[in-house]
Formats: sequence, C-alpha cells, structure tokens
Amino acid sequence: MAAPLTLLLIVAVTIRAVLFRSSLAELISARVEVVSPLNAWKRVVEGLALLDLGVSPYSGDVFHETPLMIYLFHFTVDYAEIVFIVSAYFFRKQKYALESDRYSADCLELLRSPKEMFYIPLKVAMFYLLNPFTILSCVAKSTCGLNNAIIALFIFCTLKGSALLSGILLALATYQSIYPLTLFAPALLFFLQRLYIPVNLRRSSFWFFTLQYAFMYVGSLVVITGLSFFLLGSWDFIPSVYGFIFSVPDLTPNIGLFWYFFAEMFEHFRLFFSCVFQFNVFFYTIPLSIKLKEHPVFLIFMQIAIISIFKSYPTVGDVALYMAFLPAWSHLYRFLRNIFLVSCVLLACSALFPVLWHLWIYAGSANSNFYYAITLLFNFGQVKVFTTTWLTNCEWKNRWRNKVSLFINLY
Amino acid sequence: MGLLSDPSRRKVLTGLLTRLNTPICIVCYLAGIVWFMGLAFEPFTLRTYMSENAMGSTMVEERFSSGERALSLAKEFDAHKRKAGGMPVEWLVKAMQSRGLEVFTQSFSRKLPFPDENKERYMVRGTNVYGILRAPRAPRTEALVITAPCSPGNTNNQAVALLLALAQYFRNQIYWAKDIIFLVNEHDLIGTQAWLEGYHHTNITGMEYSPLQGRAGSIQAALSLELSSDVITSLDLVLEGLNGQLPNLDLANLFYAFCQKLGVLCTIQGKLQRNDWDTAEGYTHAAQTMMLMVLKQACGRSWGDHGLFLRYHIEAASVRGINSFRHYKTDATTIGRLLEGMVRKLNNLLERLHQSYFFYLLPSLSRFVSIGYYMPAFGLLAVILLLRVSFPGLCHCFSVSLQPSSPGVLTVLTPVVISHLTGVALYLLPVHLQEMAVEHFPVSETEAVVLTAIAIYTAGLALPHNTQRLLSGEGTEQGWKVLKLTALLYLAVLLGCTALINFSLGFILAVTLVPITASITPHMPKALYALVMVLLSPAFTILYCVFIYQELIEAPVSVSEGWMLFLSVISQGILDHALYGSLVYPLLALFIYPCWLMFWNILFWN
Repeated sequence: MAAPLTLLLIVAVTIRAVLFRSSLAELISARVEVVSPLNAWKRVVEGLALLDLGVSPYSGDVFHETPLMIYLFHFTVDYAEIVFIVSAYFFRKQKYALESDRYSADCLELLRSPKEMFYIPLKVAMFYLLNPFTILSCVAKSTCGLNNAIIALFIFCTLKGSALLSGILLALATYQSIYPLTLFAPALLFFLQRLYIPVNLRRSSFWFFTLQYAFMYVGSLVVITGLSFFLLGSWDFIPSVYGFIFSVPDLTPNIGLFWYFFAEMFEHFRLFFSCVFQFNVFFYTIPLSIKLKEHPVFLIFMQIAIISIFKSYPTVGDVALYMAFLPAWSHLYRFLRNIFLVSCVLLACSALFPVLWHLWIYAGSANSNFYYAITLLFNFGQVKVFTTTWLTNCEWKNRWRNKVSLFINLY
Repeated sequence: MGLLSDPSRRKVLTGLLTRLNTPICIVCYLAGIVWFMGLAFEPFTLRTYMSENAMGSTMVEERFSSGERALSLAKEFDAHKRKAGGMPVEWLVKAMQSRGLEVFTQSFSRKLPFPDENKERYMVRGTNVYGILRAPRAPRTEALVITAPCSPGNTNNQAVALLLALAQYFRNQIYWAKDIIFLVNEHDLIGTQAWLEGYHHTNITGMEYSPLQGRAGSIQAALSLELSSDVITSLDLVLEGLNGQLPNLDLANLFYAFCQKLGVLCTIQGKLQRNDWDTAEGYTHAAQTMMLMVLKQACGRSWGDHGLFLRYHIEAASVRGINSFRHYKTDATTIGRLLEGMVRKLNNLLERLHQSYFFYLLPSLSRFVSIGYYMPAFGLLAVILLLRVSFPGLCHCFSVSLQPSSPGVLTVLTPVVISHLTGVALYLLPVHLQEMAVEHFPVSETEAVVLTAIAIYTAGLALPHNTQRLLSGEGTEQGWKVLKLTALLYLAVLLGCTALINFSLGFILAVTLVPITASITPHMPKALYALVMVLLSPAFTILYCVFIYQELIEAPVSVSEGWMLFLSVISQGILDHALYGSLVYPLLALFIYPCWLMFWNILFWN
C-alpha cells in the first residue's frame, strides 16, 4: 500500500512543481473559475503588504481572509508553494485513514469485497491529488486548498473518535468560511453513534454529550475569534470576512449561482434574496440529518457537496473536495444510472468555461448569459451527481435491509 | 428526466440506438454536408441590412475632390521611398505636419523565431508614422483609425497618398466628433501589431517597441486601405482577421451601401456578385465565394492589416483596390469619396458596433448566413460522435472500467500520455531544433523547421507498434473500447470548443475526422484503413485545403507547386503563432494531432 501511495504522491508533487515554474501559473491564478475574491492569492499578498505598512489589511475591501491565515502567510510567504503542496499531502493522509473505519457485512452482492476495500484509500488519494481541479487550485495558490485540508483533518479526527480535536478543527473550518457550521450535526451524530448513545431527545445522555461537544466547538470558536481580535487589535475582520460571505457584494463571475442573480436584481430586494440564497445552504442540514441518522459519514459527504454547490463564492477546489470522496462509496457504483451522462456534462462544461469567457470578455461576441448558461449546466450536473448518489444510497439501504431480514428469517 | 429514468422507455431508446446506430450516423453526416452546401443557396440566406441606427439614417453628401493631387503625391512618395530604401519617415512626418496633424513616430523591432521566406532575416526593424486629427469641438474620448501599409516596391503608394489627401480634406471639416488617426505602418502586420500594443499598453507577443507619445482615446473602428494603381475596376472587401475573428457585419453593410451609392463595383473574395441564383452556375459561384471565406477563416491568419485590430474589440476591415480587365474604371476621387462617406458614418456612432452579427458567412456581399443557420451543420457532425459514444457497448464498459479489477485505466492512460507528449514535441521541437538541423542538413532555417515538423508528425505514426512492445501487455477487448470512448468524448469537446471560436476550422476538422474516428475498430483491414486514416489526417486536410483554395481563386497549381505551397503554409502558421498569437498551430499540434494519434493507436491495438 505504501509503494503505490508514495508513487502517487511523487507524481502529484512533480506535476504541481512543473506547473508552478511554468508560465501557465500566472494564467491559472487569474482564472475566475479557480480563484474567488475570498481565496485569491493576489489578495493575500495585498493584505500582507498592507499589514507590513501597519495599516489594517481589511481597509480597502480587497482582502477577505481571516487574520490567522494572514499571520500564517506572514511567516511562510516565501515558501507559499510548499505550504500548498504540504496541505495537499495532509489531505491525502486523512483520506487514507478515513477508510480504515468502514465496516462490512457478509452480503457479497451488495457490498464490496475486502480486496476492493483495500484499494479505496488509494483511489480516494488519486481522485484528490490527480484531479485537474485540485492541481489548478494548488498552482493558482488559492487558499481553498488550505480550507480543504482543515476540513479533511476534521473528518479524520471525527472518525478517530477524538471529540476535542474534532471540535477545534471544526471551529477552525467554520472560522475560515462559515458554511462548515452545518458539519456540526453529522459530527455530533457520528460521536453519538460511536458512543452508543441513542438519538432520543428525551434521554439525558444525548443532551449531556451534545452540550459537551457544543461547548468544545463554541469554546474553540470563541478562542480563535478572540485570538484574531488580539492579533489585529480590532474587530474589522468580522464584517470583512463574514459580512462579505453573507452579503455577497462582489459580483465577479464565478462557477456559482449568486453573481448573475445579484447583478440583475434591484437594490430594494437585495437583502431578501441574499437571505433566501444563504438559507438554501443551511436548510438541508436538519432534514438530511433526520434521514441519515445512521450514516453520519455519508451525511458529511452530502453536506460538503451542498456547501460546494450553493456557497456564495465556489471555486473548482471546493468541487474537488467532495468529488474526492466518491470512491468511498464504490459499492453504489453498480446502481448509479446516469453517472456517465452527468460526468460527460461536467467535463464538457469545464472545457466550455474558458471558451465562453474568452468569447464574452475578449472577443465581445457573447455576453454574460452564455457564461451563466454554462454555470447553470455545471451546477445542474453537480446536483445530479448529488441526487444520484443519494438515491442509490437509499436503494442500497433498502436492498440491504431486505437481504438482512431475509438472512435473519432463514435462521 | 422521465425518458432516462423510466426503465421500459429506456430499453426502447437504447434498442433503437443500437440497431440503427450506423444508419443514423451516415444520415447525419450526409445531412451535415448537404446543409452546409445548401447555405449558399440564395433563398436560404438573408439580405444584409444596416442594424445600427446611428449609421443608417443620415444623408451624407461627399465632397472630396483631390483625387488627382493624391496621384501626384503617390509618385512623390514612391520617389522618396526608393531614396530612403524603406519608409521615408522624415518626408511622411513633414507631409502630415503640413496638413495640420499631430505627428508621432514609433520604432519597433522583432526577432523572428526563424527567417521567413519573404524577409530572409531574423530581426525585423521598422518605424510607424501616425498623425492625429483632433476633433475640433468634441471631448477627445473616441477615435477612428485609417491605415495604409508602406510596402516595399511599387505597391500601396496610392494608398498612402490617398490617406494624406484625405487627411488634408478632413482637416478642413468641422463635423468630426471623434479624433481620426492616420497610420502608415511598416512591415504590414508586424508594424500594426507594434502600434496596437503600444496604443493599448499590452505586450502579448514579445515585441519591442518605443512607447507612443501621442494618443487619441479609445478606437471605435478602423479601416485599412490597399491601393496600388491609379485607376481601379473594383474594390475588394477583406473581413477575415486573426483566429478567424470577423468584424461586425455592419461594417460590411456600410461598405456595400456606399459602393451602391457611388456606383463602384464591389467584390468579396475577389468575386463579383451574380443575379442568377436559380441556375447551376449562379449557385456554384455563391458556393465558391462561401468556401473561400471558410478556408480563409479556418487558417486563422489575418488576411489584411485590419485583422489585428479585432482582438482589441475594434471593428476593422480592409479595402483593397483591384485593377483588372473591365471597361468601367473608377478614379481616385471616387475612392476618396467612398472612404469619406464611410468615415463620416462611423463618426456618427454613439457606441461601438454591436447591433449586427459577429458570426456569419458571406456567400456574396448582399447576402449573409448567420450563426443560427450554419451551426446546425456542425451540430449534425458532432451528434455522430455523441451517438457513437452512447452506443450501449461502449457505455457498459464505462461502468465496468470503474471497478478496480479491470485493466482499464493504465492501458488507456499510456496511449493518451504518449500521444500528448508527441503533440508537445510537435509544438516545441521544430523551432528549437532548427540550428541543429541546419548544421547537419543542407537546408535553410525555414525548411528545417517545416521538415522537422513533418518528420515528427510522421514519426508519430510509428508509435503504436513501439508502445505495444513497451507495455508488454495484451491488447484487451476492453482496453480499446475504453480508449475509443475517451478519445471520442475528447474529440467531441475539442471540436465543439473550436467551432465556438472559429466555426470554419471546427467544421473542416469535423468533416475529415468524424467519419474515420466514429467507425474505427482494431478489427478492420489494417492496411486499407491505415491508408484512409493517414489520407484524412490533419496534415493532409491542410494539403487538400491548399489545393481547393488554389482551385477556387482560379489559379490551380500542379502537385509540386502545391507541395511547396503546403510547406509555406506550415511555416506561415508557425510564424503567425509566434508573432501574433494565432491559435491554429498550437491547437493542431497540442490537441487535434494527439487525438488523431489516439485513434491511430486504436487501429493498431493488437
């Protein structure tokens, strides 16, 4: 296992190193599909420059990263490329460890053979490291890679059973961009399942553990926020980072759904629509948690997918995050019906993004409608992946239940 | 998605696709070709009309009368050009200054990657001279450009002279709302590129130039003038620009309207319009005009000095005077009036030309085919690839290949990676290895570059045999199907993206590549199929296009001359890419050729 993994790592690092040094790096870091106003490297450099001058980095509405991030880069700015490659390595490591926690039953037809399961960590690592989306994101030095690494570490700690670390990392992820807040529910469900505490609102053990975990989470969040305040000496970062994420003032086109709508609507309705759009991201947590009580890891996957599709400034790095998880559910492949068509749609859209951007901005023969059409199609493809995986999971569960009950009845 | 998720309907659909796949593909291909050829049939085209309101409603009385003075100026310019042995910079500066323009010069130099056959030297140095006529009472935010190239020898003297005469006439008028820039550029496209880069403060092609001292606001439109004789019989309009980009159709409409008004014969692709669309000759004539436009657009080079303006959102066209054997001759005064009228109408523009079409084909100057009509021809060809992809055998093997136990990924990845590496070699090596080639072989640099390119292209044909030996694995039935699936999808996406940017290139590549790639399997008779594949490969497509082009411009060539032209086309393509950023050569070398190599690999799979 170690040999193919090391080979994979070497190949991934080589590709990234080659691209870093080539002239394509500047081209890629300017692409709107790869960087967003939240995580562009140019803006981090701008923030660092302002910090060096003694001015608050949040003045001027260019910089929207959190203070901890800016201090991290303050010390490592010369080695920025190495930081990004290292974060990709961490991510891979977490993916690998994730798989050791899957359990299997003895219904051969529905589940994977042990041999298949052996290969899953390698496939997950391959899906993430060699995914063109991640490579582009890394070469563009978008901080999305670091966010992904933190989320991966959080999942790792959750699966290992360490509630404290999981709470701290979740707080860090939430601190970076608010949306991982919705991952609180699946993490909680996982710990409850692990500690054999039934999810019953009347039981005191349930409330006891929930309060414990919530306390760890909220506490770390408060500590991190307070730390940021003390580092920079002011509360500017809250409106600049979180206010920016929620109110979506920057309407640069990206692969998300927000920019076109918000460019079209009147100022009067802006608040209403931003509330509706943001609510859309958080809305699915409760129903999904109720439905997927017994499968918290799948719930984490679903939540990450929802966040990547519906967040205010998505980039291809976010898409790569949940796509890397897909091999973990390879037992569902047999039932995935439209996955071929959907993946072709996603591939074609990824190829068409730069073409239509060129036609719109440089040739002047297209306009924003063309680019948004491809954005819509891309997001539709993603939603299709999401719903297909969800439906096949339900079908698989039903079949397994039938098989197990048959099995039990036989004995 | 009821059609796809309802199992019984799905079975019917897949059954239909399986049984009728080949007939549907053949029908689609023939329909695509017939649709394309039918575009030139007049009832299927629309008459051109002026879309921009600001340009349509004014009645302009042209009063330019200094045609004779322009012709004597042409002789003077010629004499000074001979004396200076290049561009007579001081004379031009003095001439423009005496006409009341603000004159500036720009010097530029460019190192060519290899000496072009025309230039025969590595370093091209030159000077552009331009004069700005400031609008008397308007804010200086917008400008128009009229340019004439300073060519060596006897060509284009009358163009520069007419430019100066127009400048003198324009200076006395009070109705100008935009500044007018009169540009005389040296070394054709290289000079224009240097001037545009200097004007817009960009440096996309690695040119060295001195910064422009004078500027006039954002350029709304540009006209390039090429005139080499005192009297002309017709005016030719050249629209095709870099990478197949076309100016707004309103510019062509404007030109046609003024030719009608002043009674000047106007042609496009050098062909005069005919009225007998219902006869075979009439239809053939229109089809030939359209095919010429398609061929010129597909090769991606700029066919006039105007072509480089299009990249900066500046609508530009070239007007070329042709002197052939006709009775009715037009003098310089009429040409001057035509230009005056066009520039006055452009002066009235309130915003950039955007109302009319940007994507069109012209079977004649008064008829056009818009993108909505010609895209289905390409769509029918692309559908063949998609039908082949959805062929159930291939579809099944996609889901099978997701299992880790199948040999799928590695056997497919090797041909893909090797094909793309060959493509990269084809792109990088010809220019980089030219010194080494010149040392060892008795050829000039240009020939070295072109012959290296052809050598690498041919060497790629030997790959499948070598990679099979390297893999030391069996070519499984599964393997080639997965490779074909990947390659078909790749080709479909590639051709789609190409057709969006440059329809003609995408269509020509589709016509030659789709039939062989859709029907290829390793089980066909290898020798025959290999021959067919090579004869329809991208290089041969270029060769056929060269021969067809020569036929269409009524200058047919013999095989050896055609071969020399083919070599010069390749060298021109590489040069265009290096000098102006044309995308045809990288597209063919880095994407189309590897894709074709993947299909070649499939043919020799076992």
